[in-house]
Amino acid sequence: MNKQTVKRILKYASPYKGSLMMAMIYALLYVVLTLTVPVLIGKAIDHAIERGNVDFAAIGQFLLMIAVTVAACSVFQWLMGLCINKVSYFTVRDIRREAFEKLNRVPLSYIDSHPHGDLISRIVNDSDAVGDGLLQGITQLFSGLVMIICTLGFMVMMNVYIALIVVILTPLSLFFAAFVSRISQKQFKKQSGTQGELSSFAEEYIGQQKLVKAFGYEEEACEGFDEINQRLKECGQKSQFYSSLANPGTRFVNSIVTVAVTIVGAVSAVSGGITVGQISAFITYANQYTKPFNEVTGVIPQLQAALAGAGRVFELLDEPDQTPDDADALVPVSCAGQISAENVYFSYTPEKKLIEDFHLNVKAGQCIAIVGPTGCGKTTLINLLMRFYDVDSGDIQIDGSSIYHIKRDSLRSMFGMVLQESWLYHASIRDNVAYGKPDATLEEVRQACKEAYIDRFIQRLPDGYDTIISEGGTNLSAGQRQLLCIARVMLCDPPMLILDEATGSIDTRTELKVQRAFNKMMQGRTSFIVAHRLSTIKEADIILVMKDGNIIEQGSHDELISRNGFYCKLYNSQFAPT
Amino acid sequence: MFRLRRFLKKYILQFVIGPICKLIEAIFELFIPLITADIIDTGVKNHDAGYVMTHGGLMLLLGVLGLCFALVCQKVASIASQGFGTQVRKALFRHINSLSHTELDKLGTPSLITRLTYDVNQLQLSVAMSIRLVTRAPFLVVGALIMAMSINMELSVIFLVASPLIAMVLFLIMNRSVPFFKKQQKTLDTVSLISGENLSGNRVIRAFGREKSEQERFNAANSSLADTALTAGRISALLNPLTYVIVQAAIIAIIWFGSNMVYDGELTPGQIIALVNYMTQILLAMIVVSNLVVIFTRTAASAARVNEVFDTKPSVVETNTEPLVPDEAAPAVEFDHVSFSYPDSGDALKDISFTLKRGETLGIIGGTGSGKSTLINLIPRFYDPTEGSVRVFGANAADYPFSQLRKLVGTVPQTASLFSGTIRDNICLGNRGADDETVARALRISQSAEFVEKLPDKVETAVSAGGKNFSGGQRQRLTIARAIAANPSVLILDDSASALDYATDAKLRRALKEETQGTTLIIVSQRIASVRYADKILVLEHGEAVGFGTHEELLESCPVYSEICMSQGVSAQEVRA
Repeated sequence: MNKQTVKRILKYASPYKGSLMMAMIYALLYVVLTLTVPVLIGKAIDHAIERGNVDFAAIGQFLLMIAVTVAACSVFQWLMGLCINKVSYFTVRDIRREAFEKLNRVPLSYIDSHPHGDLISRIVNDSDAVGDGLLQGITQLFSGLVMIICTLGFMVMMNVYIALIVVILTPLSLFFAAFVSRISQKQFKKQSGTQGELSSFAEEYIGQQKLVKAFGYEEEACEGFDEINQRLKECGQKSQFYSSLANPGTRFVNSIVTVAVTIVGAVSAVSGGITVGQISAFITYANQYTKPFNEVTGVIPQLQAALAGAGRVFELLDEPDQTPDDADALVPVSCAGQISAENVYFSYTPEKKLIEDFHLNVKAGQCIAIVGPTGCGKTTLINLLMRFYDVDSGDIQIDGSSIYHIKRDSLRSMFGMVLQESWLYHASIRDNVAYGKPDATLEEVRQACKEAYIDRFIQRLPDGYDTIISEGGTNLSAGQRQLLCIARVMLCDPPMLILDEATGSIDTRTELKVQRAFNKMMQGRTSFIVAHRLSTIKEADIILVMKDGNIIEQGSHDELISRNGFYCKLYNSQFAPT
Repeated sequence: MFRLRRFLKKYILQFVIGPICKLIEAIFELFIPLITADIIDTGVKNHDAGYVMTHGGLMLLLGVLGLCFALVCQKVASIASQGFGTQVRKALFRHINSLSHTELDKLGTPSLITRLTYDVNQLQLSVAMSIRLVTRAPFLVVGALIMAMSINMELSVIFLVASPLIAMVLFLIMNRSVPFFKKQQKTLDTVSLISGENLSGNRVIRAFGREKSEQERFNAANSSLADTALTAGRISALLNPLTYVIVQAAIIAIIWFGSNMVYDGELTPGQIIALVNYMTQILLAMIVVSNLVVIFTRTAASAARVNEVFDTKPSVVETNTEPLVPDEAAPAVEFDHVSFSYPDSGDALKDISFTLKRGETLGIIGGTGSGKSTLINLIPRFYDPTEGSVRVFGANAADYPFSQLRKLVGTVPQTASLFSGTIRDNICLGNRGADDETVARALRISQSAEFVEKLPDKVETAVSAGGKNFSGGQRQRLTIARAIAANPSVLILDDSASALDYATDAKLRRALKEETQGTTLIIVSQRIASVRYADKILVLEHGEAVGFGTHEELLESCPVYSEICMSQGVSAQEVRA
């Protein structure tokens, strides 16, 4: 077991140390008391010997003791449960909170380079596993061990020989369980592999069912499915059978123990070495004795899973944060919009060089368009301007001060950004539009939506501006989503604009209208436009033509056309006849 | 739930043998406390070691026999349940393949996959449980009760009181905690949702500097999750202590009244021990029963979800399985007053009529949501028109067998996705026996030949699910190649060149024109450049045809079309020049 990880988890549990301690104490009391009950029952029975020979006073006394013990025992068991729940749920909550906090502190490159599903699973599932597995596991381990030791003690006190029989025989069930889990483990692995194969096959062919239909591929798809399904059946039958051996197997071992205890007990009772009541207690113990063993062995894989989960959460937590803002970082109150880049070098990975020795000088209020084929690195410039990524060397300045010496929040609030991938969250339309200005009035929100040509659509929705956007925004079309993102920026009225394929999913006629609104907004503001529809950027002051990460041409539309280079080719291809 | 029993037909034998074996094992188990009592009362009392040994041997024998029966039962259970699951999966997958687009849209892929995997597994589990436990657990409860009665009628009253009490406690606690567990699951979903939103929208969140408010949103959901879990936990933590108290109270009663009877000579101490053992057995069996109740409630929900799929009937059905002989002289595609609406929404297409001759090229243009994709989906009968008719080579589309119609009409859908396999597998999807020449031609026309040649394994290059190892543009070109390889008479490109740059797009259209003579081509696009040289252009707006004709005609007559042209920087002068 990884000590470091366990220690770290315990550190997260330390605010709930009190509850954890109490849980252990309650567990101890509960175990001792449950084990006392069979002894007391045995003693009570021993006072009912035969007809006419029953000590009612003694039996009454023992029964009273049993009642008190049982009551106390169940209260302790309940309290133990509550304490463990508190510790584990609160610890999970805290770990999860920290993991989430981390998401907004890591450099964006981390989020870009890790599958989102994996990160979500670390925050949601892996932290759960820590609570379920580790904290509950540790308590179970603890109470299991106490149970084993105490049972052993009680049995030895009553009769050493019978205790010995139990001690020798019970490991049988452990061996058996280990054997079963070893053979079924192999089958399980195979089964879950095949199950995964079946799922991905189904995912592919049901997900693309329309294609299957279009090409009349149904029969082949079914045959492919049947083949995996058949294999799943074969290993499923095996793994289910092997794993279902555990129950009757342990039951059988248990009955061997019971029989042995009964026989040896009875034989010793014949010679007067043990009382009838004690035999009863022994049978109960023998039945109970294997239980904590099974529990303890069951806890081990659970602990391992939890440790693995914890490891994955901690891996996220140990990611280095983005470099913090300088202590004396600037918080400019106004922004003219003059931008310059000097000697900028940047690449996402050292092996693949991207931007090299890049220079740019933008006067306040100019419009800069970035064009080029898909995947040429147009978005990279935006990433650098917004400080989503930092340059490898060189400097970018706004109004003469380095962006690396401006507070990130201030820097980013200077730009209004609309991205190709429209992002909305699960809340009302109004909340989404007011995302950058949460205190905006409904009037202001409506005004922004009018300017983005989406107000009329929203008005027609049954709930208007209070309409809740579904998860992933599926109740809106791509174009509508993008218009909302545009309204969101219009409401903020930022000094500079970044439009990264902002009108990509809008049809060209609506685009023309939105473009008009943009043009109004862009007046007097420095703006950056990324587009692959060249018609929209003809008016730009500077056009940067990018190819394979490099800026290969730079100038106005007319200059570039007259140069008859890559841009000219790109521009003319729009109108190429067939 | 029981409607699915038809899939069990093959396993009737297992369904009989399994429970019987389990029952025999349970009976043996019930005898154990009785024999123990005998050993104590007769063997110990009479100091008869022989009696103890023989009866001990009997117990052991019962144990061994019980084990054997149990193993048989587990074996048949695994055969029947996994076999059952396999049958259901097979039938379900086939049924899903028979559904048409309307039903697939309604059910959704993720939900169908959950049903096919999780829900069927759940059903499978309950089949196994039915064989293994459904008879055993209640039988043990009843059996223990009867055994108690056979030992002593009066004392069995304690059993009759305690057993329903235990059942009640189990039921109440589970019933009370289930809503909380459901709520817990929902809150957990919210936590995942917020995490997902923060990952996908990280740029926007940082751009607006909203990290703090997102953290607060997360904290609220996260804390409410912990609180719900605690509340649920508080209730379910009562389960063990409460049942324990009831059983122990019953045992106290057994001993007290039992010892009175011992005094009167009506009962022996060994019988008291037997009664105490039966009480414990009842508790254990009850817990199994309560778990079964949980499993079966879940199963009922799963069964309902699976049955919902089986009950969904395809809306587009094949009325004829005999291939027709297409009329070569008739127009390739003809729409006759066609209207269409998706369920629960307004008209997506209104009264569309046009005729497209063989070998002609039709361009369809219009804004997002104008009904372009809907229109072309009617041709290969992915949907049926609500009104009017679609004719393909003179015959109503509905009169063709599916396989023939979809062979005649090749579609390249909007979203370019491929299947896992090799490039060749994908190209040959619609034409399984395609030879190298056909594949090469398809690659050439679709402008894929160049990049495919550069791959180390050429056409044998592996494609991952969905085609994720290719760029959007490459994927689009391969999907076009796939359609071409099937040699369709009508080829439909649904905005299939959107990820291509203008130059490649133009080359593609030229190649299509030159190399697929005689093929009727339908190009759906938002780009004027893609459709302007088509023989006919159909302009759609809000589901209605607002223009039909050549580029020049439309520039004169169709204001919507000229607006689109203007918005893309194509002016009338430029065209005429």
